[in-house]
Amino acid sequence: MTEAAPTKKKHHCTCHSGDASPMHPRPFKVVKIWKELSDTFSMSLVPEDGQPIVFAPGQFNMLYVFGVGEVPISVSGDPTDLSTLVHTTRAVGNVSRALDALKEGMSVGVRGPFGTVWPLDIAEGKDLVFVAGGIGLAPLRPVIYQAMAYRHKYRNLAILYGARTPEDILFDKELLRWKARFDIDVQVTVDRSTGDWAGRVGLVTKLVECGGFDPANTVAYTCGPEVMMLHVVDSLHKRGVPHDRIYLSMERNMKCGVGFCGHCQWGTSFVCRDGPVFRFDTIADDLKVREL
Amino acid sequence: MTHAHGSTGSSHAKAPAGAKGSPIAIGTKVVMDEAGLASLITLLTKVGYQPIGPKARDGAIVYEEIESLSDLPVGFADEQEGGKYRLVAGTKGSFFEYLVGPTSWKRYLFPPTHKLWGAEQKGNGFEIDKAKADVPAYAFIGVRSCELNAMKIQDKVFGFGREDNNGAGIFSDPNYVARRSKALIIAVNCSRAGKTCFCTSMGGDPHVKEDQGFDLALTEFAPQQTHEFMVEVGSERGRLILELLPYRAVTSHDTDRAASQARKARSEMGRKMPPDIKDVLKRNLDHKRWDDVASRCLSCANCTMVCPTCFCSTVQDSTNLTGEKTERTRSWDSCFSVDFSYIHGGAIRPETKSRYRQWMTHKLSNWHEQYGSSGCVGCGRCITWCPVGIDITEEARVIKTTGK
Repeated sequence: MTEAAPTKKKHHCTCHSGDASPMHPRPFKVVKIWKELSDTFSMSLVPEDGQPIVFAPGQFNMLYVFGVGEVPISVSGDPTDLSTLVHTTRAVGNVSRALDALKEGMSVGVRGPFGTVWPLDIAEGKDLVFVAGGIGLAPLRPVIYQAMAYRHKYRNLAILYGARTPEDILFDKELLRWKARFDIDVQVTVDRSTGDWAGRVGLVTKLVECGGFDPANTVAYTCGPEVMMLHVVDSLHKRGVPHDRIYLSMERNMKCGVGFCGHCQWGTSFVCRDGPVFRFDTIADDLKVREL
Repeated sequence: MTHAHGSTGSSHAKAPAGAKGSPIAIGTKVVMDEAGLASLITLLTKVGYQPIGPKARDGAIVYEEIESLSDLPVGFADEQEGGKYRLVAGTKGSFFEYLVGPTSWKRYLFPPTHKLWGAEQKGNGFEIDKAKADVPAYAFIGVRSCELNAMKIQDKVFGFGREDNNGAGIFSDPNYVARRSKALIIAVNCSRAGKTCFCTSMGGDPHVKEDQGFDLALTEFAPQQTHEFMVEVGSERGRLILELLPYRAVTSHDTDRAASQARKARSEMGRKMPPDIKDVLKRNLDHKRWDDVASRCLSCANCTMVCPTCFCSTVQDSTNLTGEKTERTRSWDSCFSVDFSYIHGGAIRPETKSRYRQWMTHKLSNWHEQYGSSGCVGCGRCITWCPVGIDITEEARVIKTTGK
């Protein structure tokens, strides 16, 4: 899956198959649902109408559980796979818990994909750094897949990941597989060591400080809690990565996904439409304002 | 309800009473009397429109379904101030001397609550009912110039008639677009301005401009010996309708009278917005005035409900008792409610201070980046209907004079 042939172009547009209204969920079947961590699960979905799924890394869908409601969830699967949609979710609210309770063969409504994308075109010939915290690795995974599919276009590729404890390391088997490759640098750290963990302990910013990339020739992508991303940006910048080469994925109350409902407004942006992926320098001022 | 456009059939045609020989075109002005206005309302109903117009109800002028001329409020004016609205006696026999009240046309183009879709459980899955609801063809009677501007602003929000790049990105709201494209607009020029009016400082004017997007525009000549209305044609649809009505040719006396009405209304504007408020607010997100306004603001959301451009909404899913059928409705929401910005763990804007700031900076500043204009048209509703009389122009003035 991860090594799929690089056949797909980058899609910036969001295409709803056969339905003029962005308000109507499209039914998908749950073909597989599995536990990732104690509170986190993934599911793969196929569209009941058989139309291909087109999304670009960084985009999200509104997932609907019949009779319960909708939540915005980033796509965590492979963008080159047009038949299956993969989402990774942490069960923290009513709808995400209802999603978790679904069984294979049941249906989920999908609206989307919505939002902006992690741009890779600007990174050709440069080092790529992916900095993730906790479940923030899920929205980054599609762009990591994409970078791997076109691995020759980039120089160093570093994945820097921080989790709360060793038990909270998302996609651990995949991280190990990537680490085993000779062309990817994977570093993992935990906030708090448990059991027989002998790896790094400390914030993910430590990994940024010593990561093997050429700051002047790097594009960085970060996703995690807002405060973590701010520190990551700081560390990247201190090493010399310019602000206009750093991208982050913001989270606000996305409800309609199409810029109508107003809930995700943040300064001049609708996070659902103008985000969730932003270039840091375009939102640096907004990030400084409390309760914006 | 049938589609009204193009159905102004000749079977309804009566010979116009006057002005024969000078064909009417877009931009033409004629004059009709009360009987003409009465025929207009009757004609609109006949050709399939649902007329919506002003009515006096519960001590205010509201926009509701009307059937005939006799539904219009007669002889009313209003007094408005921060936190105050009173109907008072106006010129005897006049229809449109009142100014904007608590309702706006937004409630007909973007209803306070409406069903988005229904769904039914089918085996392990469900089926979405995508049947489109029949959208009414409204004829709005009495749309003010500021309200035309408000519609144009909401057009951008909901992606109707996107002739520029500002607006709702690639999406359109099908419900809004359907309602908006059917609606016929009969504008009315303001003969006066109220104490909370400030349309002229938002780039508007109490009298409509020819390209403002109306089908017909009325200027009321309040009853003296006669009770007449100058009618300006603003669209082909408006022209077709007017051709079926009795009217007389316009004279220079009529146009002079209309012009002096406009001058009077302009000179009466009760409030004023600082012209550079967009940039002033951007520089003053940390101004202490936000604390001050928060100590008065009740976070009641009245300002957002009466605002003709506020567009925020929420959805609610409700399921029947057996859990087999569900439907999603969309309702107006407000950035003044705490849970508006809620994401897992808490609200982004828990304090009234930040919610008021969000509303005001969005309306007057961020709107420019989002849609290419201010989100405020200067109708003054938010001032009049604020229970504690918070005045957006006064807040703007203080922040400008004491801020960065």
